[in-house]
Amino acid sequence: MNKIVTYKDIIDQMSDGMTIGVGGWGARRKPMSLIREICKSDLKDLTVVSYGGPDVGLLCAHKKVKKLIFGFVSLDMIPLEAHFRQARQKNEIEVMELDEGMVQWGLRAAAMHLPFLPTRVGLGTDVLTHNPELKFVSSPYPDAEKLVAMPALNLDVALLHVNKSDEKGNTQIVGPDPFFDELFARAASKTFVSTEEVVTTEELGGKDGAMFNRFERSLVTGVLHSPYGAHPTSCAPNYGFDMQHLKEYSDAAKSFDEYSSKYLNKTHEDYIDSVGGSEVIQKIPLPQF
Amino acid sequence: MSDSPSLAEICISASSKAWHGDGEILATGIGLIPRIAAGLAKLTHNPDLMMTDGETYLISRPVPMGKRDVSNDQVEGYMSYSRVFENLWGGKRHAMVTPTQIDSFGQTNISAIGDYNSPKVQLLGVRGFPGNFINHKNSIFIPNHSVKTFVEGEVDMVSGMGFKNKDLSNGKFEIKLVVTNLGVFDFSGENNNLQLLSLHPGVNVDDVVTNTGFDVLIKSDEITSMPSNEELTLIREVLDPQGFRNSIFGE
Repeated sequence: MNKIVTYKDIIDQMSDGMTIGVGGWGARRKPMSLIREICKSDLKDLTVVSYGGPDVGLLCAHKKVKKLIFGFVSLDMIPLEAHFRQARQKNEIEVMELDEGMVQWGLRAAAMHLPFLPTRVGLGTDVLTHNPELKFVSSPYPDAEKLVAMPALNLDVALLHVNKSDEKGNTQIVGPDPFFDELFARAASKTFVSTEEVVTTEELGGKDGAMFNRFERSLVTGVLHSPYGAHPTSCAPNYGFDMQHLKEYSDAAKSFDEYSSKYLNKTHEDYIDSVGGSEVIQKIPLPQF
Repeated sequence: MSDSPSLAEICISASSKAWHGDGEILATGIGLIPRIAAGLAKLTHNPDLMMTDGETYLISRPVPMGKRDVSNDQVEGYMSYSRVFENLWGGKRHAMVTPTQIDSFGQTNISAIGDYNSPKVQLLGVRGFPGNFINHKNSIFIPNHSVKTFVEGEVDMVSGMGFKNKDLSNGKFEIKLVVTNLGVFDFSGENNNLQLLSLHPGVNVDDVVTNTGFDVLIKSDEITSMPSNEELTLIREVLDPQGFRNSIFGE
């Protein structure tokens, strides 16, 4: 079994109007090389589910987003995401704004092939006011409590970035926090992972390595070798986030053309060269929070 | 201590009291002052508090602000985001947060200012506020107490629920303490009204009244307790030796 794919293979399996889930968290371990590839493509009208960072911002800047399902969009050390803010303030995108835990709950419902999961979260807030499609359910037990029925967030495609994978899609996320990538994979019809390293099954490290295997290979449709593919976001323990680049990216919300001609519409290899090359990225220290 | 306490240090000391009597729960201080305050609570009156390194690990000693040698961190457990969610749904957490707006009902906003469909100012998004406020105790730190932060009517986008909906929270909703650049407050007035507990040095009741967009009860106009020498030493030498706290009020 060999699941190794190219950028083109992945884009060819996506289509207009799809619902895309993006793994990672804020400015951490985002599959940015795949996001840049979507920006280069003709894909449009996407619904994006994300614990958002520059993935959301870049897609907004390229007018790829019809609807965003989110709890936050942030670049971590730069708290507010300029491109996302611009899209919102100009009313360019539809939103389904949810509590972070509701996003998790929606992915979990999809992962479990359930229509919804109940929760108190959302009650008493404007999350319900602005999402009239959210319905309620009453406990069938004597407490009869009225709860929010968080609908399943079913994904057509999940895009994740991992530290290691073999050709079969046995992946490893070695960084300290796997975030919710497992649920994105389980909620999706197809999951594509970009990976820092493609290794042999033996090189995954046996039982010790298996602790870092966060979801099983049957969920993985394709494996893309994309060294430094998370840049400018972090990919612990390999490299931290590129603050200087994130700042330049953030400032580019005012005039995107210069940033775009400098860094975008290139192959991934040329992108890496444009931001200083692999030697530079390798040396970016891990962030301290 | 020769130097008299700064406003930031007074706020840190006052904020640390929020976790008094909480026992073995996760203390989360989001932002500079709340984070130093949580550390101070753990190092003084509540050593049982659980606390993270700001990322993924539970640590036995609060980590100092700024760059540090992480090999000195005493890791005692694990607290990924997934586990933070599990923990907070169980209610064993007390966070101190800084909303952009708060209203007389204790409702908070970090999502957006103005018309929701095309906001005047898009902020972070509701983040974990809906889940936090309905599941566990919270306290508030506001560095810029004004009618723009303590708003008349209701906040623009209710992200964290308030007292008027507390019956929906299975008994978990509570705003314990509100610390601002003007004084210390809680919502324990009659009908859960915001009430003044103490004023920081140089602040008078009028400053509070004119800078709050709704009625605030005056329970006490005493001056806020000054940090003890022990607290000042811990803040200055252990928790924030590089002095990041001075940036909050430009001190």
